[in-house]
Amino acid sequence: MTHQDTSQQQADWAEAAVAKHAGAKPDEDAGFPTHAPGTEHAGREQLVLERIERARRARPRVREKLITLAHGAGGKATQSLIEAIFLDAFRNPLLAPLEDAATLTAGDARLAFTTDSYVVSPLFFPGGNIGDLAVNGTVNDLAVSGARPAHLSAGFILEEGFPVADLRRIVESMAAAAAAAGVSIVTGDTKVVQRGKADGCYINTAGVGLIPSGLTLGVATARPGDVVIVSGPVGDHGITVLLERGELDLDAELVSDTAPVHELVRGLLDAVGPDVRAMRDATRGGVATILNEVATAAGVAVVVDEDSVPVRPEVRGACELLGIDPLYVACEGRIVAIVDPGAADAAVAALQAHPLGASATAVGRIIEDPPGLVMLKTGFGGTRIIDLLVGDPLPRIC
Amino acid sequence: MRFVDEYRDAEKARALAAKIAALCEPGRHYKFMEVCGGHTHTIYKHGLEDYLPESISLVHGPGCPVCVLPMGRVDDAIALAEQPDVIMTSFGDMMRVPGGRGSFFDSSAAGTDIRMVYSPLDALKVARQNPDKHVIFMAIGMETTTPSTAMTVLRAAAEGIENFSIFCNHVMIVPAIKAILDSPDLRLDGFIGPGHVSTVIGCRPYEYIPAEYGKPIVTAGFEPLDILQSVYMLLQQLADGRCEVENQYSRVVPWNGNTVALRAMAEVMELRPYFEWRGLGFISHSALQVREKYAAFDAERLFKLPGVRVADPKACQCGEVLKGVLKPWECKVFGTACTPETPIGTCMVSSEGACAAYYNFGRFSRQRVQEVSIESSRV
Amino acid sequence: MCLGIPGEVIEILPDQPDLAKVDVSGVKRAINIGLLTDDPPVPGDWVLIHVGFALSKIDEQEAKAAMDFLIGIGQAYEDEIAALLESRIDERQ
Repeated sequence: MTHQDTSQQQADWAEAAVAKHAGAKPDEDAGFPTHAPGTEHAGREQLVLERIERARRARPRVREKLITLAHGAGGKATQSLIEAIFLDAFRNPLLAPLEDAATLTAGDARLAFTTDSYVVSPLFFPGGNIGDLAVNGTVNDLAVSGARPAHLSAGFILEEGFPVADLRRIVESMAAAAAAAGVSIVTGDTKVVQRGKADGCYINTAGVGLIPSGLTLGVATARPGDVVIVSGPVGDHGITVLLERGELDLDAELVSDTAPVHELVRGLLDAVGPDVRAMRDATRGGVATILNEVATAAGVAVVVDEDSVPVRPEVRGACELLGIDPLYVACEGRIVAIVDPGAADAAVAALQAHPLGASATAVGRIIEDPPGLVMLKTGFGGTRIIDLLVGDPLPRIC
Repeated sequence: MRFVDEYRDAEKARALAAKIAALCEPGRHYKFMEVCGGHTHTIYKHGLEDYLPESISLVHGPGCPVCVLPMGRVDDAIALAEQPDVIMTSFGDMMRVPGGRGSFFDSSAAGTDIRMVYSPLDALKVARQNPDKHVIFMAIGMETTTPSTAMTVLRAAAEGIENFSIFCNHVMIVPAIKAILDSPDLRLDGFIGPGHVSTVIGCRPYEYIPAEYGKPIVTAGFEPLDILQSVYMLLQQLADGRCEVENQYSRVVPWNGNTVALRAMAEVMELRPYFEWRGLGFISHSALQVREKYAAFDAERLFKLPGVRVADPKACQCGEVLKGVLKPWECKVFGTACTPETPIGTCMVSSEGACAAYYNFGRFSRQRVQEVSIESSRV
Repeated sequence: MCLGIPGEVIEILPDQPDLAKVDVSGVKRAINIGLLTDDPPVPGDWVLIHVGFALSKIDEQEAKAAMDFLIGIGQAYEDEIAALLESRIDERQ
């Protein structure tokens, strides 16, 4: 039985957090006219908003002592981890842009170099498996960096007891995916860990490709007026995997959108190459994460028109049921492109000419102000902010 | 999506907004409280405040059961989860609520078996699948959710399941509204009543609000047009000099509620003499506990809880935000020490908390909104 | 408050009468309809779904009435705007 003990404790972590901020914050409260709480006071609100912006621009820190699932979700925690732990330790000019691939020089040639690890559960899902996911994912990172994907590595961490038949299936899918993407897997590694330590199979892939001369892409080059284009319906992969896990007992005719986008990208670049500022493939954290990266890197604002964003009805239904926003759900075969306004129509047409881009459409534009913010114009006509994902997409209740 | 999309139509919203503006008395300021966290979420998610004139303010109330859970109870839940051979199951919204020593999420990172479920029935399934473990369901929610928990306990009893219990933190909306009405800090003109709670309790329990406190209340649905229509109906009442309970959400809310649900709740649970609400203090007869008859399914009887009260951090003003006295950005730690990533209080953690809603969705000045609307209409 | 979503009942599960399969925009799930025993839903009915339970049947007539009201408001609004524009034209003359 509970007894409501009259003795009270404190939450030490909270007291510490408050104290730390109280010390750091300038003496703004002095000089505020007093007013009855709850009354309109636009000046004070604006100051608070500015205070928040300052706090958000502050150097990222990892406060947790233990890694949590949020660190892998692709949102705020992932970003903080990357900047505060990895970038901090490895810091160099090639890493700093934190794009999907690093751009290296080898003599006169420019290479794109990227890596990704795959820990998807379940390993097999409608539309694919961890193997083709891995190949397509790395091919896509190279493609959106403007490179022609050439060679991949494949490292496997296998769990003791994992069926060889499953491994064969996965590897055969990888071979097929590599052939479809025109790449070869040229080196690799295998490790086995005890039962219970690897969820069946984890895969890491790295890839290199040649960047044609004259092509410079980067999210930091986005400028006011640019148009944001998405190549197809969002959220298919994430919802498919979530449903396949079986914990939620939801059934839908949904298939992962995992696919290599190198030809889709080639078509776009051939049509409007010089007018493309940047491309990203939308994976963990969804389209919203990419748009936030653009806004922050280029110091601009992004406005998205909710009604323009293509979402399949089943994805929408599942998201409504679970209280998740499709903009944050992972895709695996979709790109987001930022293009010059003059080339927007031609860009959409070029994407639509390819089967993977049949539903490509403009979904928003870049504006100047307020920098670093992504905003959504709702179907309803109101406006709201699309911030970086916090935590892991959680089903909402009441 | 049927019964959803029709209620998000912008044309009708503009029309309603015009009607609302026309009903406002010049020079008068109106303050309506929307009690439900779900309403707070809708208002910010769709940018509804852009549709209301300056003279109407919507104040957010304590109808978010996650938000009103005191830190000490979260600690009790974590203590339960940390018992040997226990699997804790919980709705997703609970995962990041901070207690005195961290949240479910933090505890899971440290190795505790805590699993997210969509339904209490899923928790029962986990119990069936893990006969050598004891599965506890973190039962939170207001009357919307309570019947589902009750039905799950009844099913567990019917099936003779022996490794399942609930940690009952179900609270009730009517005592919370009464606490608001009795609070001297607030001058409200009316209430936007909880929609889904009312499908269970009906509209009768709100009759004391106009009768004893002279405030009108309109039970509202959760789509943007529902909320706008409810504001319209409240203004109409004030203009007509009426003061009564009205049901805007009649397509879903039966006036007399759901008797099957009420019976299930009464069979399995009973009122606690009192319960602590974060920000509102102890309120008598405001929460439920499991009846003796179902003691085998009551985690509080099966396990020993620390039961220690944890004081809210001094700087935390969740209480005032929950009562609608403070707007989120008026809280001293809003946005700095307290952010969605590093929440100090519950209002910032729950996706229906006023602070989270404002931070995530509404966080910029009205002036900017105008600029953006003009710019983006050129998209 | 409380995430409740409208869904269409597709079938009552034959071996478990308190379970029904519902469809929400193409996503299907089995939910418990035990709270609606006073007036059980049949395939084609719409229900409000919350944490795996149907809380209430959606009353299509009330829904229509609500929509009619909103459409009416919309029409009145359009009429007013039209009247406003007309009066302006008159002014110029």
